[in-house]
This record gives sequence, C-alpha cells and structure tokens, in this order.
Amino acid sequence: MTERTGPENEAATQRSATDDAATGRVGTDDAATGLPGTEAGTTTAPGDAGAGQGRPLIELRDVKVHFPIKSGLLFDRTVGYVYAVDGVSLSINAGETYGLVGESGCGKSTLGRGLLRLVEPTDGEIVFDGADVRALKGESMRKARRRMQMIFQDPLSSLDPRQSVESLLVEGLKAHGLADDKEATSRRLRDTLKAVGLPASALSKYPHEFSGGQRQRIGIARALVLDPDLIVADEPVSALDVSIQAQVLNLLEDLQNERGLTYLIIAHDLAVVRHIADTVGVMYLGGLVEEASSDDLYREPMHPYTRALMSAVPVPDPLVEDRRERILLAGDLPSPTNPPAGCRFHTRCPWAQPTRCADERPALRDVVGGHRVACHFAEDIAAGRLRPHDVAPELVRPDDGGAPGDTGELIPTL
Amino acid sequence: MSDPTTRPGVGKPRTGDTPTDQPAEGPAADGQPGQPGENPTGQPGDSPAQRRERSIGRLGDRKRARLDELARATADPGGVSLYRDALRRLRRNPVAIVGAVIVGLFVLVAIFAPLIAPHDPVQRFDELTRDLTVDSIPGATAGHPFGSDPLGRDFFSRMIHGSRQTLFVGVLATLIGLTLGVLLGAVAGAFGGWVDVVLMRLTDVMLALPSLLLAITLVAMASRSSQWTVIFAVAIVSVPIFARLLRGSMLAQRESDHVLAARALGVKERNIVLRHMLPNSLTAVIVQATLTFAVAILDAAALSFLGLGDPDINRAEWGLMLGVDGQRYFEVRPELAYYPALAIIVVALGFTLLGEAMREAIDPKNRR
Repeated sequence: MTERTGPENEAATQRSATDDAATGRVGTDDAATGLPGTEAGTTTAPGDAGAGQGRPLIELRDVKVHFPIKSGLLFDRTVGYVYAVDGVSLSINAGETYGLVGESGCGKSTLGRGLLRLVEPTDGEIVFDGADVRALKGESMRKARRRMQMIFQDPLSSLDPRQSVESLLVEGLKAHGLADDKEATSRRLRDTLKAVGLPASALSKYPHEFSGGQRQRIGIARALVLDPDLIVADEPVSALDVSIQAQVLNLLEDLQNERGLTYLIIAHDLAVVRHIADTVGVMYLGGLVEEASSDDLYREPMHPYTRALMSAVPVPDPLVEDRRERILLAGDLPSPTNPPAGCRFHTRCPWAQPTRCADERPALRDVVGGHRVACHFAEDIAAGRLRPHDVAPELVRPDDGGAPGDTGELIPTL
Repeated sequence: MSDPTTRPGVGKPRTGDTPTDQPAEGPAADGQPGQPGENPTGQPGDSPAQRRERSIGRLGDRKRARLDELARATADPGGVSLYRDALRRLRRNPVAIVGAVIVGLFVLVAIFAPLIAPHDPVQRFDELTRDLTVDSIPGATAGHPFGSDPLGRDFFSRMIHGSRQTLFVGVLATLIGLTLGVLLGAVAGAFGGWVDVVLMRLTDVMLALPSLLLAITLVAMASRSSQWTVIFAVAIVSVPIFARLLRGSMLAQRESDHVLAARALGVKERNIVLRHMLPNSLTAVIVQATLTFAVAILDAAALSFLGLGDPDINRAEWGLMLGVDGQRYFEVRPELAYYPALAIIVVALGFTLLGEAMREAIDPKNRR
C-alpha cells in the first residue's frame, strides 16, 4: 500500500476528521444491545454500532433474484433470465447500518426488495432474527412484515394520493391489529410524527400538501410507526435536495440511536453511504464485489471496480483534484441478461489477467481483517504487484428487436 | 461530501431538552418572581433535580402549546382530499362550466318535463290535424311553437318529453355497462393469471366488432324489441371498454410504489385491492362513464333511427323522432329532423365536455 500514491492517500487524509469520530464510536462495544425484541431505545447506547461483533439480525446466503423474460404470442415461453441479483451473501448486525452502493441496474434495489420478499427471490436463504423468511407463507409472512419495513426512493409516488397522513400511518397499525385502542393509536401517531419532526397538525393533510423532505419524513413515519427492527431504505434521499438530504440522513441516524434500528441503506451516492453506514457493500452486476467497514472501504478500496468508483468522487481541493489518478472504466455495463462468464467485471477491469478472470467467478473472500473482496488478485493489486493496463472497450449490442434471447451480447471494439 | 461534523440538525435542540443548561440557576431561582407561581405549595424540600424536571416539562408544554396554536392558525383547517381538490379545479375550468350547464339544463328539463311542456305529448290536436296532409305539416302556430309532428301532436312538448327518455336510456345503459365492466375489469386486474387472460380475450372479441353492429345484433337477437332491449344492447357494448380500462389501470396500480409500500407494511392483499388499487383506478372509469353517457345517447338514437328502437308509437324519443319522422318527412318539414338531431348533439357535447374536464381535473399530476 505504501508505494502507491493513488487516490486512496488523498482519501485517507480527507477522511481523518471522520475517523476520529469513528474511533470514538467504536469504543462503546455492547454486543448484546439493540437486539430485536428488547425494548427499543432503552438498552441501546447511542452509537454502539460499528464494532462488528453484534448478533446478526438478518443474514442473506447466496440470494438470487432472476426475472424470466417471456415471449410468445399465445403461450408465454421463457426465453431467458435477467440475473438481477445473482448470489449475494451478507449479514447485518443488530443496530448497525449496512450501506449498499453500485451503479444503476446493478441489482441493489432488487436485492432490497427481495430481502423483504416484495419480489420473490429465486434461490438462497434469508434468515431474519433466526427465522427463515423464505419459508414463511401467506399470513405468517404478512405478520412478519411488521418487523421489517421499507422506505422508498420517491416519497410522493410511494404515498397513496387519496390517503391523509393519518390514514397512511394507521393503515399499517390496522393491518397488524395494533389500532384497537383509539386513544393509544392517536398518541402513537403523534409520537411518531414528533419523532420524525412533523407537527401533529400534519395528520389531517394529504401527501401533495408537503414538500419533498416532509414527504420523506411521512414515509419514514409510516415505517416507524410499526416499531420495526429492520428498515430497508431504497435510495432514501436521492430524490431530495442536497440540503434536505442531510436532514433526512441525520433523522435516520437519530432514530437509530433512539430506537436501536438496523438499516440497510441502498444508495448510489458514495457520500451518503459513507456518512451513514457502518459497513459498506459494493455491488456490480448482481453480485457483491467488496464489503468492508465504511472506514476501511473508503480508505483503501481493494476491488478494481470499487477503486474506479472511488476515483470518480471529486476532491474539494483543486491541486489534489488535478493531480490525482482517475480510473475511467471503458465500455458498457454488460447486460444482466447475459452477464460475462468468470468475474463479472473482467470485461472492464484494468487489472484483468489472462488467467482465471474470464473463466472462474471469484468468491467474496476475507482479504485483510474483515475486508471482503471478490477478486482473484486483490492482494497483488493492493501490493502494487499488478499494474493497470488499457482495456479494449466492449459495447453492449443494442436491443434491436431481433431474435429474443441474444440481447446484451458484448461486442469487442478493438 | 457532507462532513459529519457540520451536519445540520445534530446539535439542534429538541423540544423539551432546551432548558437543560439551566441547572446551575436551579437552587438560586427559588425566590425569583414566577417561581412561586408554579410551585404553589411552596415545598422547600424539592430537590433541584425535581424542580428542573418540572420546569422542563412546563416549558416544553408551553412551547408545544404555542407551536400547536401557530400550526392551527397558519394551516388550512384540514387536508384537501383528491376529490375536493379536483372539484375546485373543475370550477375554475370554463370547459367544465359549459359542460355542466348543458348537462344541468338537460337534467332539469328531463325531470320537470310535465311542468315545462305546454301540452300532453301524445294528444292529437284538432287545430293541427286539420291542416295535416301528405306534403304539408303545420309549422309554428300560436300555442305550438315548433308546430306539429306528422300525427298532429305538439312537436315542442314531444321534444321536451323526449329528454326524459334520452336521460333514462343514457343513465341506465351507462350504469349497467359500468357495473358489469367494473366487475369484469376488477376481477381480471385483481386476480391476473388465466382469469385475466380469459376475460380479456372475451372483451377482445366484443371490441373486434364495431359497437353499433354489436348493438344491432343484440337487439335483433331479442324476440321482442322494447326500450329495455335498447338499454341492454347499449350497455353491453360499453362493457368491454370499462373492463379493459379498469383492468389496465389496476395493473398499473399493482406495480406502483404505493401498492408496494402497502404490501411492505403487511396490509392484506384483499385490502390492497379494495383500498388502493380499485379506488385509484376508478377515477379513470368515472371519467369514461361521462363520455360513455354521450355515446350511449348516440347509440340509442342510432338504434331508434334504424328502426330497432322502442316500438311504442306514443313514446317521445329523440332518436325515434329523428329516425322515423325526420327521415320520412325531411322534404316536407326538415325541422322534424333538425331539432332532435340538434338536441342529441348538444347533450352529447355537454357530457363530453364535462367528461374531458373531469379527466383533466382528477389527474393527480395536476395537484400542486
């Protein structure tokens, strides 16, 4: 690592301020706190997350979500699959925040929805608090949803335009039989609104009468009112103004500290994830390519794809910005209907090697101290033994309405 | 990149924890004015902590009350629901007003026809029949502003009474078509799968035939023609349109974020269909009903025109008047065709304008 004067050095210096805060955080280390089932907020010391020793609240093992591509005039014939999520394993400890990043179309949203079974996973295992979620059927799955809630990207379209805020919030309570006592329900709604920073007068209003940030607060309140353990936030701030983004992220953080929530935050904004996540996973084309604690990942990205992502983040210092090395990825993102064999990233990887990369899919493996990387040559790249080379860009053949099934073929340009 | 040290809102005081920086004054504050007020019993044994606790609660309450008061004063009294909002926008739209006035007048005339019409629509008047020949039908005379129809009845009164029949046929045909169509569309949209396939192929078959041809076939199939066969035929013709429309928007709703959100909340599938998908899809259908009303009037008139309508010779109906009398005596007295045709056009236009304006007003995208 020492001989490289790449972007990571700059990133490290830039990170120093945050690192201090982070070490202060790691200090308190109650592995047992914030467990689901314990009264939220009472036992959880603020900011006990990040130690990595907590009990996993949710575990995904080799989860796959494939969407069939149907074709045919009278009888639907499956002509192929979109491999949206193709074998992802991760676990999130109770009270922690897991940030999932990746470019659009890499399957991060589908993973979030598959985790909640809003889309049905094709394969794999989802264990939530010791119970196999995929084995739950009908009514028991519906009941289980109380503990795992979701926050959506577009706050307006995820709120039914004909429901007042009160009706939006009460709906979930009613669905789980928690709205029997009128008095208590009303108190619960008010408390929840207060927790997300909205006045009680909001109850009688409708979603269109609020600003974007307020709408997202309503969306958070809707998830929060059920007192869940896990919240999957799918791009919770990307539809908001930058100034509002910080407010909403802070709100999420405060709520986590107060209630011991566990988050899976899906975002494409690296800064957002760095700000809020304890552990960060990077996805590329349906698979996890790297996973590490937020500090490690941003200080020392090890997977070539992560390096390219990180080098795209501008540095707010013109001198540094001009001199720093940038890795520009060549070619198109391959189509998830026809992912490359071997390492998904080898078609665009500046470090790709003639051996293994094209025919052996690298597993996510622990490289150094909890830093998991899916790359055959992670150590060599990190040590500088391998140098980046030019990549002949390969373009995705556009879907020209030809025979179905052969879309997404990669065309070499050189 | 947002720096965590300068995050807005982190150091922000929350209601209730503002006065925590005052404990030092606590013991000294005893004799200050204001303090005895909240401490009427004047218990000197209170620990500073207890007193602080009370003071925090009090300050918080007062602040909260003030905020609530402010909110009450500034906020409009209640939320504006989708329909109230649509109605407000509808009232500002001149097209809607024109449509509403036409429709309103038409409905009023239909309801109060016996009071408005100067004469009995089936009575044959001697003063009219006297001048009635094969090639002359009396025009406007005193007491008979539109003159006579070919049987010596008061044409004006028949026109007015005709509105009743038109309204009756239009309302009933639309309602029957709407009900059947909504049922089929809701079932197809809610269940999907093979139910959807079967129902939609059925509607495809119905839509493949021109609507008037289908209506004629249906009327011809009936053993005896009456006004009910007309209503039924016109209703059946509109069923596939409603069914397809509802099914389509229900499928769109099924994929929408707020339905996904409801599912994530754990709302029962039945409630998702009944409370989210159906109500949000119905707006399009309601608008379509207004437009269908216009089409139903035209279809019913067309059936009458073709001689497939109500055989009752005494019943005043615009389509019948246009089709039978207007056609036969067009050379002699074209007004017999003009007036019913004009009435049908204006009423159909009124409903179309209202429907289009409603479509615009109800579109959630127009909400601010």
